Amino acid sequence: MIPSPMTLTEKVLARASGKTHVQPGDNVWVNVDVLMTHDVCGPGTIGVFKREFGKDAKVWDRNRVVIIPDHYIFTADSMSNRNVDILRDFVREQELPYFYDVIDDPSGHWKFDASQGQLQRQYGSRYTGVCHTTLPWKGHTRPGEVLFGTDSHTCMAGAFNQFATGIGNTDAGFILGTGKLLIKVPESMRFYLEGNLPPGVMAKDVILHVIGEIGFDGATYRAMQWEGPGVHGMSMDDRMTIANMAIEAGGKNGIFPCDQKTLDYVRERVEENGTKSAFEPAEIDRDQSFVYDRVFDLSKLEPTVACHPDPGNRKTAKELEHVTLDRAYIGSCTGGKTSDFLAFAEVVRGKTVKIDTFGVPATTKVVQELKDTLWGGQSVWQILESAGVRLTENASCAACLGGPVDTFGRLNKPMKCISATNRNFPGRMGNKESEVYLASPYTVAASALTGHITDPRTFIS
Amino acid sequence: MAHTVTSPVYVVQDNIDTDQIIPAQYLTLVPTIPDEYDKLGSYALIGLPDALYPTRFVEEGQFKSPYKIVIGGRNFGCGSSREHAPIALGAAGVEAVVADSFARIFFRNCVATGECYPYDTPVRLCDVLHTGDIATLDFDHDTLTANGVTYSLKPLGEVRPVIEAGGIFNFARQSGMIPAQG
Ligand code: SF4
Repeated sequence: MIPSPMTLTEKVLARASGKTHVQPGDNVWVNVDVLMTHDVCGPGTIGVFKREFGKDAKVWDRNRVVIIPDHYIFTADSMSNRNVDILRDFVREQELPYFYDVIDDPSGHWKFDASQGQLQRQYGSRYTGVCHTTLPWKGHTRPGEVLFGTDSHTCMAGAFNQFATGIGNTDAGFILGTGKLLIKVPESMRFYLEGNLPPGVMAKDVILHVIGEIGFDGATYRAMQWEGPGVHGMSMDDRMTIANMAIEAGGKNGIFPCDQKTLDYVRERVEENGTKSAFEPAEIDRDQSFVYDRVFDLSKLEPTVACHPDPGNRKTAKELEHVTLDRAYIGSCTGGKTSDFLAFAEVVRGKTVKIDTFGVPATTKVVQELKDTLWGGQSVWQILESAGVRLTENASCAACLGGPVDTFGRLNKPMKCISATNRNFPGRMGNKESEVYLASPYTVAASALTGHITDPRTFIS
Repeated sequence: MAHTVTSPVYVVQDNIDTDQIIPAQYLTLVPTIPDEYDKLGSYALIGLPDALYPTRFVEEGQFKSPYKIVIGGRNFGCGSSREHAPIALGAAGVEAVVADSFARIFFRNCVATGECYPYDTPVRLCDVLHTGDIATLDFDHDTLTANGVTYSLKPLGEVRPVIEAGGIFNFARQSGMIPAQG
């Protein structure tokens, strides 16, 4: 019998649950390949694990747990600092190999020193930064696998052809003890991309356009599968940007096919970090069935902005030129990768920003790469600084989610901010009366130069 | 657990995301530490813009809300995966959220923690009810009665016993999926 076709998500979930076939609506117990948690949800997850499995319980598999402090790190808030210590104690007790601690001393305490200011590096040699950007860099994302994380943007790893989604502390505590989770197989939607992005238009514009098209809840409970020649033309960073924001349309996960770019990227990193190297990609079946199937022509897209107060509130940058701004922000898992900063630097190079502009690299590797990349004898880091961007070496989530009041770049009073991040609900970046406009690094850069929302093609030939 | 609950309702509109339910600056509180659990309750829905929601959900200095039923619009609980959101509502004393639709992770976290019942309503109640209206939610008949009108809600189905048991762990133990706690 010819097995009936499955979507990429169905394939991964079928394999993870030991079945030959699954269909949308099936409730299946999946075996978890990797569980990721961080400083905001880790302490609660650990609390659930201990409460339910006993204080001497051991995690189901030491090598499948990844702990990444990244959210509230560079703040003098004592509770936040304490939460990183809770993670460290747990890692020591459980002997977990994959913990990207802020400090090097495995029995020390983390304390941010506010007197040194926000810009200068305050971390040890193991610290990495934002979890979703760390996972692929450190070789924890592999095609065909199942990843759960206590963070809604865990869906970013769908770029690597895996089923990846966010869960709460209780589910994560359950996984820590059992290595399994009961989940419902989602229906799949297909977004078939054709053509190439025109100059000045980025992957961020693709996802903002699509969310505007289907609505902020248009993918609720569903998988967003990306296919087509347009996908293969994209870099892994581009795919990550798109997969990251599946949740902004309510999606359970986003997933990409595995191609040579995926394989090269993953193999290089698992080798570099000595993580598990075996994996089995999910291949595309013919005649898959989707609840939604649409072709998008990338060449027709324009610089796009999601307006306050939700990510589905779409306009083109051109339509919004009248919106004056108080601040520009580049950073986060979605918009703080090296390629994002390079795009930003292309626009502001040799010019000066007109409004307060904050830059927070997603990871410590991004910091290093920006310092190592030279354009005409100057590092990109210097180029950004001379354009007036306030750049911090302290890679983290920072003001992407507001955080404690001393967080770098946080909107501490009502203001209008254009941001390369992924979420703009009221209060997301701090003050609940402020307005956040989501855009690509190009558009954020162009707007930083003029002080109002600006179509970046004015600056890009 | 009582099969009906009667309480004034608190009414919100579409897209109430987790930052409005429990703003990010309070996420340093760890829900499994009892004192911090109670504090989360005191901050429930504090992220709602004051201009749109002049009535506070939890009075300043209080840990509990007088509103045991929250009425919402579309996409309630969208945004982050923070379990602090259903927990803050549960800690404030909320028994159920009745909304047009829920974001996936929030819905799942309600069930996993057993903190509150997420009810889908086919009638857009956030347009007909007002904060302070007294309503009775009947869990056996899946109805909400307010101002003399009874509205049918979508039955909770397979998630009801999980919430009734107090979340997935208790449920998994009751049904033998994981061993009883020693
Ligand atoms: S950078 Fe922003 S979106 Fe990404 S994990 Fe951190 S807080 Fe979440």
